[in-house]
Amino acid sequence: MEKSRSELGQIVVGVARDPLGLMGLIIVGVIVFCAIFAYWIVPYDPIAMDIKSRLQGPSAAHLLGTDQLGRDTFSRVIAGGQVALKVALPAVFGAMAIGLTLGMIAGYGPKWLDNLLMLFFDTIRSFPTVMFALAVVALIGPSLQTVVFVVMATSIPTYGRVARTQTLTLRNSEFILAERSMGASMARILGVHMLPNIIGVLAVLAAMDIPTVIALEAGLSFLGLGVKPPTPSWGALLKDGYSLIRQTPWLVVGGGLPIILATLGFTFLGESLRDVVDPKLRKQR
Amino acid sequence: MLNFATRRFGLSLLILFVAVTAMFLMIRAVPGDPVQIMLGPRATPELQAQLTAALGLDQPIWKQLLIFYGNLLQGDLGTDVFSGRSVTEIVFQQLPFTLELIFASILWSATLGIALGAYAAAHPNTLIDRIAAAVSVSFVAAPAFVVALLALLIFAVHLQWFPAIGAGEGFWDRLDHLVLPAFAIGLSWVGYIARLVRASMLEVMGESHVRTARAFGIAERRVVMVYALRIAILPVVTVIGVGMGFLLSSAVFAEIVFARPGLGKLVIDSITTRNYPIVMGTVLVSTALFVVSTALADLINALLDPRARTAH
Repeated sequence: MEKSRSELGQIVVGVARDPLGLMGLIIVGVIVFCAIFAYWIVPYDPIAMDIKSRLQGPSAAHLLGTDQLGRDTFSRVIAGGQVALKVALPAVFGAMAIGLTLGMIAGYGPKWLDNLLMLFFDTIRSFPTVMFALAVVALIGPSLQTVVFVVMATSIPTYGRVARTQTLTLRNSEFILAERSMGASMARILGVHMLPNIIGVLAVLAAMDIPTVIALEAGLSFLGLGVKPPTPSWGALLKDGYSLIRQTPWLVVGGGLPIILATLGFTFLGESLRDVVDPKLRKQR
Repeated sequence: MLNFATRRFGLSLLILFVAVTAMFLMIRAVPGDPVQIMLGPRATPELQAQLTAALGLDQPIWKQLLIFYGNLLQGDLGTDVFSGRSVTEIVFQQLPFTLELIFASILWSATLGIALGAYAAAHPNTLIDRIAAAVSVSFVAAPAFVVALLALLIFAVHLQWFPAIGAGEGFWDRLDHLVLPAFAIGLSWVGYIARLVRASMLEVMGESHVRTARAFGIAERRVVMVYALRIAILPVVTVIGVGMGFLLSSAVFAEIVFARPGLGKLVIDSITTRNYPIVMGTVLVSTALFVVSTALADLINALLDPRARTAH
């Protein structure tokens, strides 16, 4: 435990030394902070309507103005961050867990199972992401759960393939052969000995995957196929802003900037994490 | 090489087959009778039975699948529920608009990306290289549909430099309508390609044929432009082929934002009206496009670099 803590400490220090990494750390920190304490930060109820003060520009009362129903845009932006993370985190962790398991099985198991799983990964990857998302939404209807499912399904192959490659390189290393010769079970070899060697790389992938997920959620909500109104989502803000683009620019700005900031933050953080955790990965992309 | 090509295309066909079958079964497994959805709640039982038979939904599922593949091999993707027109015809009518947009986006972003990357690699670790690197990462991060919306807001609505809606008619007008959507889609690719070219360029610059060219006293400019760059842009080909899926996805959003005709607009409109045959046809065609372009990229890569033929 002591050792792993210091390792984690080293990683954080490494990231903070890199200017882009530090910037990413700060941006992500602010977004996570706002999402957790959204309830106390928002000046207004993000779904409370106030028709009398609709479509206002920025003012002291409404920092980013109001939308067509008089809802406070700033409050909706903050609450939207919560929705974005509510979709992104479970989806990314779910995809990582499933991809990791399948990938390790593919890399360690018999050849036919490997081929079958690879075909499965390749098939999912063969759908253009948005087209796949649209097909699923058309079939089972839009909701927060649908978005999480779509995002999870589309990113499983990425984690699976990386976990498989890592397992393949590890399976003939001496410490694994030694374990096997002592009669360790497959579950023990994979769970206790391989997992710690693979998880770091996947964590980096996950950090770099979060922006894609946030953008996809926002994109689906923008098309009206993601979270349902009146739930505040950055994509929903953009949707309202798009239809009112000639009346007020503030909805597009309020919905667009957080998405760009969030993607920037997580990308900086992910890149910097990658360089610190595993410089070799840099060439693989 | 021929062996590799056969195997690669065999794999693509297998993947397409699995993907299309999975989609077909998924559509059939969805709760709710598609006929009832199409006709609405007030349709008479006779009308429902008639449409069920017309769509072949009264057959067992394996037979439906066989019929579906039989039609597919003849280029028949089914019939539009509302207009009764052939889905193939509708999809292929919209496809050129999407391809035109994707092509324009690749063209400008690859040109600029390669130039930036080559410049950065020729002057590594200078201030310009550092700035280019930071800008590249930032561009990569910007989702196409957000860029599209902001571009629409700034350049079409406020400055009114470019049209906001449609695809235009006649060559110059069409080009005018392409600028903003192609800008939005291509922006993240500029940074990505620049970084890619820079990395592969730095690698190539250290190789012996470049060293030999230098030793012959060939001007540095010519060494970079002719001997190094020609090899360094190879990865770009692969990346664009593999990135076809992302390009298609971005094109969907750009088409919605700029109200352009194309596959994206077609599929969204069909989803809102629950026109399943068109949704299925569009997803199928775009998936096929993606699978083929990935395979082509692999082939080109294998043609240029023999080492790639043995890798999975």
